[in-house]
Amino acid sequence: MIAELGHLALIAALVVALVQTLIPLYGAAVADPRLMAIARPAAMVQFLAIGISFAALTQAYLVSDFSVVNVAMNSHSSKPLIYKISGVWANHEGSMLLWVLILALFGAAVAAFGRNLPLDLRARTLAVQGLIGVGFLAFILFTSNPFERIPNPPLDGNGLNPLLQDIGLALHPPMLYLGYVGLSTTFSFAVAALLEGRVDPAWARWVRPWTLAAWCALTAGIALGSGWAYYELGWGGWWFWDPVENASFMPWLAATALLHSAIVVEKRGALKSWTVFLALVAFAMSLLGTFLVRSGVLTSVHAFAVDPDRGLFILGLLAVAIVGSFILFAWRAPKMESGGMFRPVSREGGLVLNNLIMSTAAATVLIGTLYPLALESMTGEKVSVGPPYFEATVVPIMIPAILALGIGPLLAWKRANLKAALIKLWPSYLATAGMAVVALVLLGAPVGAILGLSLAVWLAVSVLVEWADRIKLFRIPFGQSASRAAGLPRAAYGMSLAHLGMAVFILGAVGETFFSSEVVRYVDPGDKIEIAGRELVFEGVEHRQGPNYVAEVGIFKLEDGEVMESERRVYPVEQTSTTEAAIRPRAWGDIYAVLGEKADNGRSTIRIYVKPLVLWIWIGCGLMTLGGLVSLADRRLRVGAPGKRRAEAWTPAHAGMDAGDD
Amino acid sequence: MRRLFFLLPLLGALFLIGWLGYPILAGHNPQVLPSALLDKPVPAFDLPSLEEGDGSVTSTELATGAPVLLNVFASWCAPCRAEIPLMRRLVDDGAITVYGLAYKDEPKATRDFLKTLGNPYKRIAVDRNGRVGIDLGVYGVPETYVIDGQGRIRYRHVGELTRSVVEEQLIPLMREIAG
Repeated sequence: MIAELGHLALIAALVVALVQTLIPLYGAAVADPRLMAIARPAAMVQFLAIGISFAALTQAYLVSDFSVVNVAMNSHSSKPLIYKISGVWANHEGSMLLWVLILALFGAAVAAFGRNLPLDLRARTLAVQGLIGVGFLAFILFTSNPFERIPNPPLDGNGLNPLLQDIGLALHPPMLYLGYVGLSTTFSFAVAALLEGRVDPAWARWVRPWTLAAWCALTAGIALGSGWAYYELGWGGWWFWDPVENASFMPWLAATALLHSAIVVEKRGALKSWTVFLALVAFAMSLLGTFLVRSGVLTSVHAFAVDPDRGLFILGLLAVAIVGSFILFAWRAPKMESGGMFRPVSREGGLVLNNLIMSTAAATVLIGTLYPLALESMTGEKVSVGPPYFEATVVPIMIPAILALGIGPLLAWKRANLKAALIKLWPSYLATAGMAVVALVLLGAPVGAILGLSLAVWLAVSVLVEWADRIKLFRIPFGQSASRAAGLPRAAYGMSLAHLGMAVFILGAVGETFFSSEVVRYVDPGDKIEIAGRELVFEGVEHRQGPNYVAEVGIFKLEDGEVMESERRVYPVEQTSTTEAAIRPRAWGDIYAVLGEKADNGRSTIRIYVKPLVLWIWIGCGLMTLGGLVSLADRRLRVGAPGKRRAEAWTPAHAGMDAGDD
Repeated sequence: MRRLFFLLPLLGALFLIGWLGYPILAGHNPQVLPSALLDKPVPAFDLPSLEEGDGSVTSTELATGAPVLLNVFASWCAPCRAEIPLMRRLVDDGAITVYGLAYKDEPKATRDFLKTLGNPYKRIAVDRNGRVGIDLGVYGVPETYVIDGQGRIRYRHVGELTRSVVEEQLIPLMREIAG
């Protein structure tokens, strides 16, 4: 009964989404305020209806209603509560339902916070958001109904893939979807702007917080996924350049570029059509990601629903979205460009450089990801493009980005003095050279590592120099500096934190890539294992019973007496096994132990890794996310804040140019 | 001229969609890994049988005049465990004949494995060091090869056998080969 209610609510949502699309669009075309006003309540009702539908599916999982096919296929009565809930989105149908739920959530948020938006822009934005909803709701209802019933329900379900029974994976998809789908809002804003045929700085002011929100979620989502791969897959890696990882990295690059170009539109009224283009591309990349995961055209650990019909349907949606929006772009964008002449050496010049680099990187990843598909279509040959390609292309592209990132924030708008900025950065030169010498002499590090560590230090110190410059540290009395520091806008702190996060991330990535050690061997209980100057004792294997699995537990003892336990779990219901690595995280490096296969005569295979600085990878991502959130909390960007300033901002073209941020 | 510049994204998008759509429309499946040995004879081998005192299993034995399956498996692989009940059912129905290749597995472990799950195989060759697996180009266990009556490889399936794989691909192919 409740499942039918959920199904009905989903149909209702589709109808409401149609209303949300057609009536406001027509209303905006004929300038009828009453018709345009329908967009707001429709967006909220659509969210409510999908919310009911999602709640109904969750309820079916909670009570283990195996008469619903989806529950029977993906759940089991003996599963812990949290994984019954996460089971809702750990399958194709449920995850698509989560997708539209978040889509409708963003629509409702625009409706709720967008009271200050001009009526026609709001109506058009919500109409486009509604149109995306129509596409995906139709996709769910026609090809992937999560509420389908089985006539003869089984006594118990098939269970959930044990790899997915993990807290990281319970959170990773919703977070990633918040990011992917959050970019739908900027897409809708961009299409609305194209329909209106104008982009002014206030538009950028509206687009920036939404991009920032989506970017934060995307960053956190990618970090969670990479963390999960690190501790759950038991290979000790954190990024594999898997097609689906790339599918989340491309929108991230596009969103990063968008975030920065929107600043230029806001402050200088330039780069308008480029920013609109990036907003379209960022969401197109999200859709592409959805397509790659859902259609199974590429082999990947994530491809759990290989179904050509579904693939074609999503490809159709992707085609409508990008072809439609690019036609609109080709038609309207040429008229939109302003005479935003600017010099290469300026803040906006730096931001353009960022955009060039980010888009090049995104294009490089796109080509590498899709190349196997193209080659197979043309020659039938199967290849897979892996880490060697991406490391050889993306990393060199990023090096100039990091160098420029240290200088850019010190440049003034319009016309900057590069020489003055370079002189201010003297502490960075000292620190970078110092790091290079330390890495070379003390660590005897390879060239790549010296370069990487130096870049991390360069960036971190340059961020601090820029901050010190803003508060005039050591140039005016300390008390005045402190009050300047307290008075800096949150957006400035957000920027510094995010850039610092990048430096910290590089530190972690370089540490892990160049300084890891690995030992793989057979051991008898009591054997000593030496690795990277440390010693572990393998104590033996114990058998244990978990809630829905049985485990062999390998016990390792460190020199300091600490015990680490790595498990090999067998899930009898799902007939599969997983490995739980034993990880002791420390700032200087993780010790990572995995119990492998049983070998002859009671011996076990074990793998031990020492991974220096690896923790900083995720701390860096956390800092970037935090930076985004701090920036989002800035008064001038706060989405829902009642703002007289914002209302005024709609008239003068350069109202966004205030000094507070420079 | 400037207008043309703004058409570039559209062209890119159309190209991309064609690129992505073609494999789906042409029915390519990334899970299918064609064997390099397609339509070639099974690489010659002469391996001990798993049954003690059962002599050896040779590659010529696979050319029975009727199509058979050669299933590469190991007791240490979970999907192998999962596909055994299906194979047993099909063997009991007389739908297929399966030879086994116990790949990089200890004979005792293989025997225990089959004791618990039941034995669908007509005979099992023991490939202790995985040598024959290399000749066959085994990508990962389990793998299943369709061998025609003359002992030639006609199809390779990588991964677990599922009901739909067997019913929609292997059995129709075997019927076709048998004429």
